[in-house]
Amino acid sequence: MAVSSPPLPRKKRKINWTPYLFLLGPLLIYLIWIILPMLYTFYLSTTNWDGISPEAKYIGLKNFSSLFNSLGKRVPSAFEYSLVNNLKWLLVFITIPVAIGLGLAILLNNNIRGDRFFKLGIFLPQILSLPVIALLWNYGVYNPRAGLINSFLIQLGFTDPPAWLADKQLVIWAIIFAAAWRQVGYIMILYVAGLKNVDPLLLEAATVDGATAWQKFWKITFPLLAPVTTIVVVISIIDSLRSFDLVWVMTRGGPANASSVLAVLMYIQAFNNYKMGLGAATAVVLFAISLVFIVAYLTRVMRDEMEY
Amino acid sequence: MATDSQTLPVTQPVNISRPKKQNWWRIILYIALIVFTLTYMMPFFSAIVTSLRTQDDLSLNGVFSIPQHITLENYPQAWTQGNVNRYLLNSFIITIPALAGAIFLSSLSAFALARYKFPGNRLLYFMYVAGTMLPFQILLLPVFILSNTLGLYNTYWGVIMIHIAFQLGFCTFVLRNFMKTLPGDIMDAARIDGASEWGIYWKIVMPLTVPAIAAISTLEFTWIFNDYLWAIILLQDDSLKPVTAGLSTLQGQFITNWPLIVAGALIATLPTLLVFLFLQRYFIGGLTLGSGK
Repeated sequence: MAVSSPPLPRKKRKINWTPYLFLLGPLLIYLIWIILPMLYTFYLSTTNWDGISPEAKYIGLKNFSSLFNSLGKRVPSAFEYSLVNNLKWLLVFITIPVAIGLGLAILLNNNIRGDRFFKLGIFLPQILSLPVIALLWNYGVYNPRAGLINSFLIQLGFTDPPAWLADKQLVIWAIIFAAAWRQVGYIMILYVAGLKNVDPLLLEAATVDGATAWQKFWKITFPLLAPVTTIVVVISIIDSLRSFDLVWVMTRGGPANASSVLAVLMYIQAFNNYKMGLGAATAVVLFAISLVFIVAYLTRVMRDEMEY
Repeated sequence: MATDSQTLPVTQPVNISRPKKQNWWRIILYIALIVFTLTYMMPFFSAIVTSLRTQDDLSLNGVFSIPQHITLENYPQAWTQGNVNRYLLNSFIITIPALAGAIFLSSLSAFALARYKFPGNRLLYFMYVAGTMLPFQILLLPVFILSNTLGLYNTYWGVIMIHIAFQLGFCTFVLRNFMKTLPGDIMDAARIDGASEWGIYWKIVMPLTVPAIAAISTLEFTWIFNDYLWAIILLQDDSLKPVTAGLSTLQGQFITNWPLIVAGALIATLPTLLVFLFLQRYFIGGLTLGSGK
């Protein structure tokens, strides 16, 4: 597999430059568009740059302290709303769509007639772009009078159904619900693939031994699916931290920041309020939260890698 | 030991090997699945019904009512007056080069990482894997500044380049793991026959990697096509915007015509929907390849 240096009568081992030549192009682009920008955001987060003036002044950690000092006030700050909403999003994402996706995968794994129809119907939202999903839900489902939910409630005789996206308490849950709707299909497909690796003979043997379906699930299927579950949880966490499109198109973070998430806050700070330094600091906070999970995942990948 | 005659608790899910009583369960479960899936698809049905009605009818009666009359008008209107035709074209102009660039460049780095032992190999691999999980926000401002500096702001190439760069991580990850599974003997044989390293990459490894490339291409097509954030950060002119960003303009332009906005959104789903329906196998393959083993 690996290329050994050609068997020339040389004392010193020659460096093989071939892999570096292959890597040159991609790495250069990666460096310019990903690595250096990332580092530059760290730098920006310590300045008060406004995006217009040629000079950015170094102000140390002031941006961060202003973010964190805004926590715990009587009226929640935009940062607090965003942080809490990201957390809500994350907690919903690692539980409800995962449970539903797994449940569907197991049901559909039973050679059910028409399983392709079910899979397709549930996977379909995953193919749509988030702005499209936002518009479908805004106009088709959550519209205060004409939308699916409220026009149904009105038909049932409710005179004053909730304004889903205008209510400060409900709005973030309404958005997360639409996001979870999109997520389930993805998770289901990953579990369907994972279930192909669960040996049916094991389950049959357990049936012969008198195990109930519930026991078989918890004692055999679920432990065997552990690697898929890890991936699913990591993907769900990363997706929930990245969330921007849905919130931005559905509510712009409103009403009064109630549906803001860190990515939306960062955008508003930087591109609407011209506080590039503060926006960069918010991005760094978001990055720091992601980093915990990136590192956790990387350690796993590394462990797998060492087994080769 | 439980026997077959033992009564099962009500919460018992389906069990294939037991006849009779199980059949009832299967039927109930089956109906539940149908109801669940149809309910799940309600937002689609609701959107389709919305797009076929008029604003007056809709705001008066709501979507959950018998339409007064059905109209197809909203689709051609969204297509021409709403500029969805232009936006869709832009989406393709951005997606195709970005996809080709990301696949080609990542195949180069994947080949190097999969087939050579050299210092830094693992480090680079982990760097790519970590990069796939970065929140975009950490890159947003500098890439915006960079694109301005390079004169790429408000051009197709600005968006194309960041897509290529960002997708490199995921594509390299998948292709590298795939190339690692190819038998090394073929390459050694080619080397003995005097093939150059480039020849081995291009004539031997790449053709064998086609299944993996097909899989991630369908997936990446959808991802790049569906991007919204980079489009709104790096493009200003409406005439350059892909359909994801164009829909926001459409929304502002026809603020009091919901059916038209929804019709536009539905048209926007067609390309990725068709790709998925026709290349489903590859799409699902890409998802599972991407999720590791």
